[in-house]
Amino acid sequence: MSTIVLLTVTGLGLAALYFLVASGLSLVFGLADVLNFAHGLFLSVGAYATWWAADFMPVEAAVLVGVAAGVVTAVLVELVLIRPLYRRTIEQVLVTVGLSLAGVALLQSVFGADPRPFPRPGWAQGVVPVLGARIPADRFLLIGAAVLVFGALTAFLRYTRYGLIVRAGVENREMVTALGIDVRKAFTLVFAIGGAAAALAGSLAGIYFTTVSPGTGGSLLIFAFIVVVIGGMGSVPGSAVAAILVALLQQFVNYYGGSGAGDVCVVALLAVVLLWRPKGLARA
Amino acid sequence: MRRWWPLGLAVLLALLPYGQAFNAPGTLNLLALCLVFAGLAAGYDLLFGRTGLLSFGHALYFAIGAYLTVILMNHGFALPVAALLAMVAGTAVAALLGAVALRVDGIAFSMVTLAFAQVGAIIVARDPGGLTGGEEGATIAQGMPDALVGVVNTVNLYWLALAYLVVVLVVLHRVGRSPAGRVLSAIRDDARRVGVLGLSPYRYKLMSFVLAGALAALGGTVYVLVVGGAAPHLSSSDLTLTLLVMVVLGGPGSRFGPALGGALFTFLDYQLTDYATDLPGPLAQPMFVLGVVFILAVYFFPGGLARIGVTLPGWLRRPARQEA
Repeated sequence: MSTIVLLTVTGLGLAALYFLVASGLSLVFGLADVLNFAHGLFLSVGAYATWWAADFMPVEAAVLVGVAAGVVTAVLVELVLIRPLYRRTIEQVLVTVGLSLAGVALLQSVFGADPRPFPRPGWAQGVVPVLGARIPADRFLLIGAAVLVFGALTAFLRYTRYGLIVRAGVENREMVTALGIDVRKAFTLVFAIGGAAAALAGSLAGIYFTTVSPGTGGSLLIFAFIVVVIGGMGSVPGSAVAAILVALLQQFVNYYGGSGAGDVCVVALLAVVLLWRPKGLARA
Repeated sequence: MRRWWPLGLAVLLALLPYGQAFNAPGTLNLLALCLVFAGLAAGYDLLFGRTGLLSFGHALYFAIGAYLTVILMNHGFALPVAALLAMVAGTAVAALLGAVALRVDGIAFSMVTLAFAQVGAIIVARDPGGLTGGEEGATIAQGMPDALVGVVNTVNLYWLALAYLVVVLVVLHRVGRSPAGRVLSAIRDDARRVGVLGLSPYRYKLMSFVLAGALAALGGTVYVLVVGGAAPHLSSSDLTLTLLVMVVLGGPGSRFGPALGGALFTFLDYQLTDYATDLPGPLAQPMFVLGVVFILAVYFFPGGLARIGVTLPGWLRRPARQEA
């Protein structure tokens, strides 16, 4: 019993990471049709900024610095690199691919290729007993952060004017443009939100995995892609459901079926979902 | 006259080892590697440049060809049998996974191919039954034909790599000129219209995917012969991204651009690794330099090297026009 509780909570912690990465990717893709390979870079930038800032301030404040760095990077990337290629989808993907290759190399040259130990707040290092299982406290930190972000994103999309524009743009961008609204401003906004969520995920991934390395972003990104496709592109609730599904499946099968088996199962799940519902869970 | 220059170039490349400057084993090995990646990039372009399919999982078929060849040879199969079986396996996997992945279009297809290839990378890293060697990779321990062993015979590996490139280019040329090849270009330009005309884009895309997979598997075999073994990075998504960079730098959809891009990129990657360690900061990372060059190429030289004769004069003329 305690093993199942531990696996479930740990799986939900992983789901939180996937959701934070995938929600931004999903919105960026849904609105701007950009498959953003550089999203993993935003994550790494956030993680390294937190790691750097933690020397001067408490970790909690350093995470904010990381998130700010992620936002700045994402907005710069959108304004300087993505926007000039407006509507040339393939070129935009290519630029983000080049950026992900060059960005990882840049991080490597600045911080070295080896994993660095990540600073963790003291209260996240303890264990919390739940139903007989001893669960590391950082799992709850991850889950709590993801729930907050989910709530904030849902509220933003549902109750604000810009949220309305983003939702409408995901459904039909031409129509929004035809109504005289500059969708490109919404692109920048969505990139900023995605960059913030990814950078937060980077800091939390550092706490979860206890180290940070230039490759962290890339390895999380592949599963985030899977979550986005399973959940349905452009849907935040879809990403949330798919993240939980993917992470729990991965945790349980990896534990009971040997390491690596869970990763393969996740891809099998992707194949099944595609055959059954090619547009993802959220879009019938 | 114009029609025969590719043949002349092939003959020139075949005679290259007789030149003094190129006859060192190290140089020949690097050139052979360049030719293998030229062939791989050209094969990848069948998907990207000619059919308009952005696959992020091409490394999988390359890795299948490479690893199966090593594994089968180490289990006592003769090289030709191992190569054939590896190619059949690569083709079969491409047919199976392509049939699923092509159910979705555009970017979703890219993500799904990426996910499928990730399984390959996981399996390689997990080292099932001690076959792939995990992080260490697998080396060919037995079964190398005498003609391919030893420093003296590096030239034969070079010719083998050249033969692979020629095979890929001839196959692509034949496909490109066939009716099916024209359907592929039509799918790239407007898949819906092809559907309206009564042809099934799905079947043609699958054909392109399977053929590209088979060529990549064959390339994997040639690669392990040249290098002597397979390493886990062959199955990584980064390898596919590198192929994409090669194709875009060379010129997607053009006849020789992707091959040129592949050869040049591989050459630069190796040379930069050798020389760049003295350079300051990020310049010491070949991937940083090549990634930046790639981004600049996407902006300023669309069409890559194959169209540089058109794009470069345009850029040179532009400032002059502004002054006037």
